[in-house]
Amino acid sequence: MKIVVCVKQVPDTAAKVVVEDGQVTWGDAPLVINPWDEYAVETALLQQEAHGGDVTVISVGGEDAKEAVKHALAMGCDSAILISDPAFENADSLITSQVLAAAIEKMGDVDLAFFGRQAIDGDVGATAAQTARGLGWPAFTLVSAISGLDPDAGTIQVERSLEEGRQVVDGKLPAIVSVVKDIGEPRYPSFMGIRKASRAEIPIWSQADLSLEVANPAVTWPEITNPPKREIVTEILSGDSPKEIAETLVEKILEEQVL
Amino acid sequence: MMTNKIWVYIDQFKGEAIPASWETIGAAQYLTEQYGGGVTAVVAGSQVQEIAKQAIQYGAEEVFYSEDSTFDEFRAEPYASLLSGLAKEHGPEVILFPTTSRGRELAAMVAVDLKTGLLPDVTALEVQDGNVVATRPVYAGKLLSKAVCSTRPQLITLRVRAFPTPDLDDSKTGNLTEVPAVMSEDDILTKVAGYTESSRGVSLNDAAVIVSGGRGVSNNPALNPPDGMDESQVEIWRAQEGFKLIGELAEALGAAVGASRAAVDAGYIPYDHQVGQTGKVVSPDLYIACGISGAIQHQAGMRTSKVIVAINKDPDAPIFRMARYGIVGDLYDVVPALTEAFRNRLSS
Ligand SMILES: Cc1cc2nc3c(=O)[nH]c(=O)nc-3n(C[C@H](O)[C@H](O)[C@H](O)COP(=O)(O)OP(=O)(O)OC[C@H]3O[C@@H](n4cnc5c(N)ncnc54)[C@H](O)[C@@H]3O)c2cc1C
Ligand SMILES: Nc1ncnc2c1ncn2[C@@H]1O[C@H](COP(=O)(O)O)[C@@H](O)[C@H]1O
Repeated sequence: MKIVVCVKQVPDTAAKVVVEDGQVTWGDAPLVINPWDEYAVETALLQQEAHGGDVTVISVGGEDAKEAVKHALAMGCDSAILISDPAFENADSLITSQVLAAAIEKMGDVDLAFFGRQAIDGDVGATAAQTARGLGWPAFTLVSAISGLDPDAGTIQVERSLEEGRQVVDGKLPAIVSVVKDIGEPRYPSFMGIRKASRAEIPIWSQADLSLEVANPAVTWPEITNPPKREIVTEILSGDSPKEIAETLVEKILEEQVL
Repeated sequence: MMTNKIWVYIDQFKGEAIPASWETIGAAQYLTEQYGGGVTAVVAGSQVQEIAKQAIQYGAEEVFYSEDSTFDEFRAEPYASLLSGLAKEHGPEVILFPTTSRGRELAAMVAVDLKTGLLPDVTALEVQDGNVVATRPVYAGKLLSKAVCSTRPQLITLRVRAFPTPDLDDSKTGNLTEVPAVMSEDDILTKVAGYTESSRGVSLNDAAVIVSGGRGVSNNPALNPPDGMDESQVEIWRAQEGFKLIGELAEALGAAVGASRAAVDAGYIPYDHQVGQTGKVVSPDLYIACGISGAIQHQAGMRTSKVIVAINKDPDAPIFRMARYGIVGDLYDVVPALTEAFRNRLSS
């Protein structure tokens, strides 16, 4: 099987992200692989272990996106491609999906491409579905389990985690799959994996390599700001017994008129 | 036929509208003040005529509805083809969707079909120079960004509970137009083989009140676990006893049950309940955090709650810094007392 996993590089979840002089900064916090995408890498590797084949990690981003890609290599992916071009600098999800679709087509004969549910910087959560739509492939989004995969028959069955419950869906390969956390905890990179990743040559594909000419992004971000400070005055409630404290809280909550 | 510029997509599940869909009509009415005209709603399903009528009562002027067996179980492809086809024919300026999983996926695909931009999970709208300027939280709400879409239609999904529900007026009338499905079953690449509904009561996404438990929920040394359990089984058993208390308080308040990642990872409660950066982002009127320390990733999922209450043994827990009311104490004492007090007060 030929498997692709799409990863994005983002600031660490623990980073204090703020706007300073109109610029988004996160101080010394590291850039890491989007946490959701670690689950995608894990899923790709599990399917490879079960069915054979190879896993290629791809990322659209600047030079610095190499770190995310290297993390995926260290986890066990076989090869990597970084897709970088000044034309993609302010890409919105539509353009990113066009670039990913073009890369998947150029690679040829891809059976499955895995995505995370959402990138934690822009919180868009659309790229997987958009890539599938662009390729004309089925989109299995928010997948919590792959309950069947038969590469010879070219069929897949997944469980999707939706608000109201779990949906079991069948479809044909090639397909796009975005995964959620229930799919299984991502493995840690092994020592050998880290060494291999640090030496890996990562080819860089440009827009021309993909025979693509993307439009200007439709979505622009004219302004980004720190959220207004919430003036929170914390009132610590006390009393002689849990009962008394509880009754005080109930009165306060009723006064807030939130029930 | 009318040519309204502002459209909304009504999300439904098993023939019932998702309440957040009505919020899109309210937001759409605000946009019509700028763009003129009325609101057009689109709904599809196996039986949706009732929902179409409700959409009129909530303020839509016109509804396109489509009833077909291919819409029986939600698959984004046939829904997207229907909506894209209608939009190509009528050329709306804006289509609003509720940010449910279905709404988000559908909007994403329609954006591809119509080669236009998508503004997901928006919390506020205004109009400037003919463009919608949408406010959306990014970096898990650590920042707010304004976003604009230069192509048409502008596809916008609205964060659930960020916009008010318009009043229902059952005297309202409007045009219902039935439209045919665009895809036949044979053209659809996926088949739904089954559905298991989750057992949980109130869904986190639309809950007005949420009671959440963290790692502290398993911490009651006074409990005597049954014999023959190993250490991790004991921990989970303790946690389940603790989550019973959380569940009872939730029930008294008609609330949904949330959890921290630590509680989910330890196996106390399924992932569906996780609140935070890698769980659900919620914005209830009241959020009660029990035995949760308030890590930045947890805050990312609940910081916009209107009133936050923290119950924690540790007076220095960061959760107190974002809480309106704090109780320093053992949740095993405080939570049952609260359940009792709310029951008494709310029944009288
Ligand atoms: C990539 C990444 C993503 C993450 N995403 C999320 C996310 O989406 N959601 C999330 O919640 N976390 C997330 N986390 C984890 C987060 O960093 C914290 O580890 C987690 O939120 C801690 O959960 P907790 O507050 O339940 O546990 P702890 O931090 O262990 O806190 C337990 C609290 O319970 C109190 N306590 C103990 N016993 C009692 C008692 N009997 N009565 C009252 N209080 C008691 C303690 O004082 C303590 O404050 C993420 C972390 C990473 C690295
Ligand atoms: N620049 C990118 N390069 C590679 N994959 C990406 C990129 N952006 C998004 N993705 C993938 O699409 C998923 C959803 O991202 P988003 O739609 O931006 O929230 C991510 O979890 C990644 O798997």
